[in-house]
Amino acid sequence: MLAYYLRLGLRSLRRNPVLTGLMIMAIGFGVAASMTTFAVFRAVSGNPIPWKSGQLFVPQIDGFGPSGRDPGDNGEPPDALNYQDTLALMRAHPASRQTALYPVAISVVPADASKQPFSISGYAVTTDFFGMFEMPFQYGNGWGTNEDDRRASTVVISSKLNQKVFNGANSVGRNIVLDNRDYRIVGVAKSWDPHPRYYDVVNTSGFGDAPDFFMPFSRAIDLQMDTDGNNNCNKSPEGGWDAWLQSTCVWLTVWAELPDAAAVQRYRSYLDGYAADQKRAGRYNWAPNNRLRNVMEWLDHEHVVPQETKVSLLVALGFLAVCLVNTIGLLLAKFMRRSQEIGVRRALGASRREIYTQFLAEASMVGVAGGVLGLLLTAGGVYSIGLVFEPEVAALAHVDFGLIGLTLLVAIGATVIAAFYPTWRAAQVQPAWQLKSN
Amino acid sequence: MQIKPILAAMRHHRAGTLLIALQIALTLAIVCNALFIIQQRMTRVSRPSGVDESNLFVVENYWADQSSPQRIDAQMRADLLALRQLGSVQDVAPANSFPLHGSGWDNFVKTTPDQIRSTLDSAIYFADDHTLATLGVRLIAGRNFTSSEVGSQTPPDPMLASEVIISKALAKVTFPQGSALGQTIYVSGGNRPSTVIGVTDTLQAHTVASWMNNYAYNAVLLPARLLTDRTFYLVRARPGQLDAAMRDAPKTLYAQSRMRIINRKDGVLSFAQVRKAAYGRDLGMAILMGIVSMVLLAITAAGIVGLTSFWVGQRRKQIGIRRALGATRHDILSYFLTENLLIGISGVVIGAVLALGINLWMVTQFEMARLSLAYVAIGVVALLLLGQGAVLAPAMRASNVPPVEATRSV
Repeated sequence: MLAYYLRLGLRSLRRNPVLTGLMIMAIGFGVAASMTTFAVFRAVSGNPIPWKSGQLFVPQIDGFGPSGRDPGDNGEPPDALNYQDTLALMRAHPASRQTALYPVAISVVPADASKQPFSISGYAVTTDFFGMFEMPFQYGNGWGTNEDDRRASTVVISSKLNQKVFNGANSVGRNIVLDNRDYRIVGVAKSWDPHPRYYDVVNTSGFGDAPDFFMPFSRAIDLQMDTDGNNNCNKSPEGGWDAWLQSTCVWLTVWAELPDAAAVQRYRSYLDGYAADQKRAGRYNWAPNNRLRNVMEWLDHEHVVPQETKVSLLVALGFLAVCLVNTIGLLLAKFMRRSQEIGVRRALGASRREIYTQFLAEASMVGVAGGVLGLLLTAGGVYSIGLVFEPEVAALAHVDFGLIGLTLLVAIGATVIAAFYPTWRAAQVQPAWQLKSN
Repeated sequence: MQIKPILAAMRHHRAGTLLIALQIALTLAIVCNALFIIQQRMTRVSRPSGVDESNLFVVENYWADQSSPQRIDAQMRADLLALRQLGSVQDVAPANSFPLHGSGWDNFVKTTPDQIRSTLDSAIYFADDHTLATLGVRLIAGRNFTSSEVGSQTPPDPMLASEVIISKALAKVTFPQGSALGQTIYVSGGNRPSTVIGVTDTLQAHTVASWMNNYAYNAVLLPARLLTDRTFYLVRARPGQLDAAMRDAPKTLYAQSRMRIINRKDGVLSFAQVRKAAYGRDLGMAILMGIVSMVLLAITAAGIVGLTSFWVGQRRKQIGIRRALGATRHDILSYFLTENLLIGISGVVIGAVLALGINLWMVTQFEMARLSLAYVAIGVVALLLLGQGAVLAPAMRASNVPPVEATRSV
């Protein structure tokens, strides 16, 4: 029977090609707009480490105080730490795993004088970084506590840099010259670039090119490597590297792995105790103002999802809503025009249920056609998304099976839902009245 | 035109009427807000930078060999000389940042040394005696730096800035009564005084990010070459020679010394490219909102055409009867136009409320301004006209129904 209804539906849809085309276009455009913006939203708003995001925390300690803040900051402490506070946290180590980090850039001068120098960017981190963020390795491993303590010249390089310098061979144990200094390679990372790059959203937008290398934090400090990211000072330091390390300028991020609520509580009370100590020591003359945020709270606080992405998703959903209202109206017109046909069918013994099946089948055909059109438009939309969103964000949006499935599902689901009211009206047609009026 | 019979007839197709009204309401709500977003973004985009953009480009130069500041300084001077000798180049200046660049250096500016609260942010541009001429920024008061005033500065050292030039906007907020010339300000984050020796015409800060919105045109020029790993060269090409100069500059620099990195992809950018990158989000948003509004209006118009056509088809007999009883074509036409106008008015009333409600919600959720009523008014007029336009074709068809239709039984 369903096949018959589908044939009937097709025939009816062909009868008013303009009306049918209008419905298909409305569904197609509405779904495509929603799905394209959703593809972007999904790419930027996802949880980069869902199994662990509740256990990784960023501590913030207020090193600026109330007078150093912009009035618009709502009393929030700065989103980075100064060197002294970072050092204290790393020494006390109130978490099971903990890393400090900051971005560094290094230039590489090829021995071959005909080649131009190039620059690579990476992070100064501590040993726990690799385990905490579960960075996968192609060759070797991260370094140990020992190297951190020895302030060793070791380095973990990306597979991309390994490809460029060693043609992809296992380079563990070999040396690489960066900025005229030898570094021993202990590991080669597999291509690893979580989106957003949650471990450093202060210095990046959270997107963009993946880092090329990781080196020990202690070594980078010894080499007086300046941060390649932001440096914020509430007072300008006296001058020189050591004065900068002593200053309250903020430029570092600390991450702590806190597996349960008790650990979080312990860490919080450590932070409060530390800030209170600093106040007693006269270093900070304001009440402790600390924060401890997990991954998703941190991403939210740092506004990693661009406002534009949210607004455009909302506008697109509103657009889909208008398209659905439009479809309800057109389906109503289409179905009610066939009141006589319905009257005849009902008079010949078709139950209301049969009418429902017939018209919902017809509507779902519109849904399928709208879905296919929507799919094509979504593919076009995602392809040309670079016209609207920044290149780094646009590069992340892609069409996959999930999106294809969702597009079809939304198209068919939305059309069938839109068809409920017109179908109900169709099923209410009184056979006697229709036949009499003829 | 009699409205009562129209209202009576509407009661018979309540669902369709409601759907059209609802569609008009939603469309109005979305289009008003979309137009407002477009206007807001375009206002941002069309703000002047104060810079003569058409002949300007920027070279982003990294020093490759971890040079000592002294060596960077020497190389920088040599580079500047070499670039100035190029035939396609009019002038060159070193920079740490520039308008629309996106990142850079900003400091709180104080007018007394012991001011505790930081209230006034400003971009810090390191400049030399060629900077103003290169940017094409005019002085409206005072004088330019002399070459002997221009020093060199390594970042961790205290800023040397006994003389500064400030932008018009900054001069206005720091010294609202009278001239800023000769006055003392504190720009280093510390207590070192600087004397204002010049005030420039409009000069935009280095970022258009929202946190800088209140300070968007504050800039302080310090007479120093900043010696860091990265140096920008601002280059002003001779008129019509921008492309040539953009090709020549990196070659000249590499000929000076190989120990530098100028990214092949984006190491040399024309100011048009800088502007595009700075406002990419705003332009993108405006384009998206424009597309959405247009498609939405088209779909709503199509929906009105579809439903009204259905109604005309349904009422052919009634129309025929009215015509037979003496109604003119014009009467029939104006019946459908009025009917649409009534539905449209109820739609736009709901839509206007909805538009304002959505905007109020967005104000709380996103950094967005209050919707001005002018946009609602424009939207209302546009949608009513759209409705009348859409209904015209079906209404004309209705007016062409011959009176004889009354005698036919379907």
